[in-house]
Amino acid sequence: MRFFPLLLANLLRKKIRTLLTVGSYAVALFLFGLLSAIHGAFTAGIELAGADRLIVMHRASFIQPLPFAHRDRILRVPGVRDVASSSWFGGVYQDPKNFFPQFAIEPEVWRRVYPEFQVPDGEWQAFLADRAGCVVGATTAQRFGWKVGDRIPLQGTIFPGAWEFNLRAIYRGSRPQDDMTQFWLQKQYVDEKGPEYWKGLVGWYVVRVTNPDEALTIAKAIDGAFANSTWETRTQTERTFAAAFVRQMGNIEFLILAVGGVVFFTLLLVTGNTMAIAVRERTAELAVLKAVGFSDGFVLLVVLAESALLATAGGGIGLGLAKTFTSGGDPTGGILPAFYISPASVAAGLGAALAVGLAAGLLPAVLAMRLRVVDALRRI
Amino acid sequence: MVSLSAGPALGLISVRNLDKTYRRGGEEIHVLQGLNLDVAAGEFVAFMGPSGSGKTTLLNLLGGLDVPTAGSITVGGDEITHLSRRRLTAWRARHVGFVFQMYNLIPVLTAFRNVELPLLLTPLGRKERREHVETALGLVGLGDRGHHFPRQLSGGQEQRVAIARAIVADPTFLLCDEPTGDLDRRSAGEIMDLVSHLVADHGKTVLMVTHDPRAAERAAVVLHLEKGVLENGVRGAA
Repeated sequence: MRFFPLLLANLLRKKIRTLLTVGSYAVALFLFGLLSAIHGAFTAGIELAGADRLIVMHRASFIQPLPFAHRDRILRVPGVRDVASSSWFGGVYQDPKNFFPQFAIEPEVWRRVYPEFQVPDGEWQAFLADRAGCVVGATTAQRFGWKVGDRIPLQGTIFPGAWEFNLRAIYRGSRPQDDMTQFWLQKQYVDEKGPEYWKGLVGWYVVRVTNPDEALTIAKAIDGAFANSTWETRTQTERTFAAAFVRQMGNIEFLILAVGGVVFFTLLLVTGNTMAIAVRERTAELAVLKAVGFSDGFVLLVVLAESALLATAGGGIGLGLAKTFTSGGDPTGGILPAFYISPASVAAGLGAALAVGLAAGLLPAVLAMRLRVVDALRRI
Repeated sequence: MVSLSAGPALGLISVRNLDKTYRRGGEEIHVLQGLNLDVAAGEFVAFMGPSGSGKTTLLNLLGGLDVPTAGSITVGGDEITHLSRRRLTAWRARHVGFVFQMYNLIPVLTAFRNVELPLLLTPLGRKERREHVETALGLVGLGDRGHHFPRQLSGGQEQRVAIARAIVADPTFLLCDEPTGDLDRRSAGEIMDLVSHLVADHGKTVLMVTHDPRAAERAAVVLHLEKGVLENGVRGAA
């Protein structure tokens, strides 16, 4: 701590330069924060996917339906604990930009298949009792200011016509990353009011298995049960399914790593240059420090510490701003339901800023360390 | 008592057969050649000579800022010539106070913080450091200027702060390289009064390089360097 005033004085000697350098780190780490939030939002489904859940879809495509009759046959496959069908509803609330995912579900088994979604029992019973009832996630309810008892009109797209639902319950996730943007309606309601061609069809099945270690064997057994039929299936773990879903949007991870890498590399060059200039300006002062008795190692540490201090200060500001920006949740209105910066991302960001800071300061610090007092004083 | 003989080591500082050679291109430049010198504790010695005669090189060698090509330097019985760079740095912190021509204060630190710098290398606590700094600044007549930055001080005052920095850790001896070289006549006189006071009243050992005959005449002994060779000294006015 006794050397802190020296560090601080050095950093404040060129205030504008320090401010700009800190600003560079802040902008880069703000971007890092946003990218990690986007990455997290895209991959949250993969990380949160239940190890004991399988997704059964049509072998050809996710958008091809399956017969509801598959349900009982899947249930008979050894190791299957529960089966719940689900279908994409695709309604529009007031404006297409008000997107949130809507699923026609089998309410009787839904909570057993997705135990992480929590609904008060009274509200759930009210949902079960109302064929036109619906349940929404707390995020969506908050987004539109809905409360239990409201009537929610949706304009059907896949299932044409004007639909109206009674909001009977609001669910919450048991983990902070859980998707709380979904809208659930009863399958029977779609069966009754939907088009004739949809009768007896569902979008996909969610299967909960007794033993997650047997998930792949069970998946093969399910697909085997429908092999060579008109309605062949493809069964995969929920994690694989989520990963494939993310891949459809391109290699998000590579994109984020590439952008982040370029930003950090540029930052390294800019701040490395700044530190080099800062050290060159102080050649005589560093020589005096050494003449007075400060060691080469101390001079090395001073320069590295200055660079690291700039980096962590700027990085902290940038991540703080990113955290504030993402605290409002999904800015896209439903595309990125789990949009937040995890503590691990904050730690990684600070670590990256520190690493860049140390790397940027390393060369100037080594040059300062090797500086010969006699040579430096002769230059004055 | 100053001696230039090559006999047994005498006094505080003893230099024997000191050579310093630089290589520039393919050419060897002999800056110091076979130099012998003994300086007793409490002595005030001035080195004079034309530019390039090796005065500053000698000061750098005595202060452990550079290493000789041959010969030895002994201070207080310790030979410093063969110390590693790291140990030489530690030795400097304990035994040498430097005063430079251009003051070389850290511009972003106050006078107090500049003077405190050498004490940061000691185990002294904050309160003790403060006391030492205040004493040193008081000794150079700047007790009330501790919170001033170098840019807020005159050249003479800056050099006083530099002297306070040089003496604050109570080093074995002071090395002054043209301490009045950048000052007007009046300020130079004040600085030399201060250096003389440190020698006469505080028993400091001072070795000074100067071009200024007025400054040199304050020293007890003035030695002339000519092409890297020390000539017999003359007694100064002090």
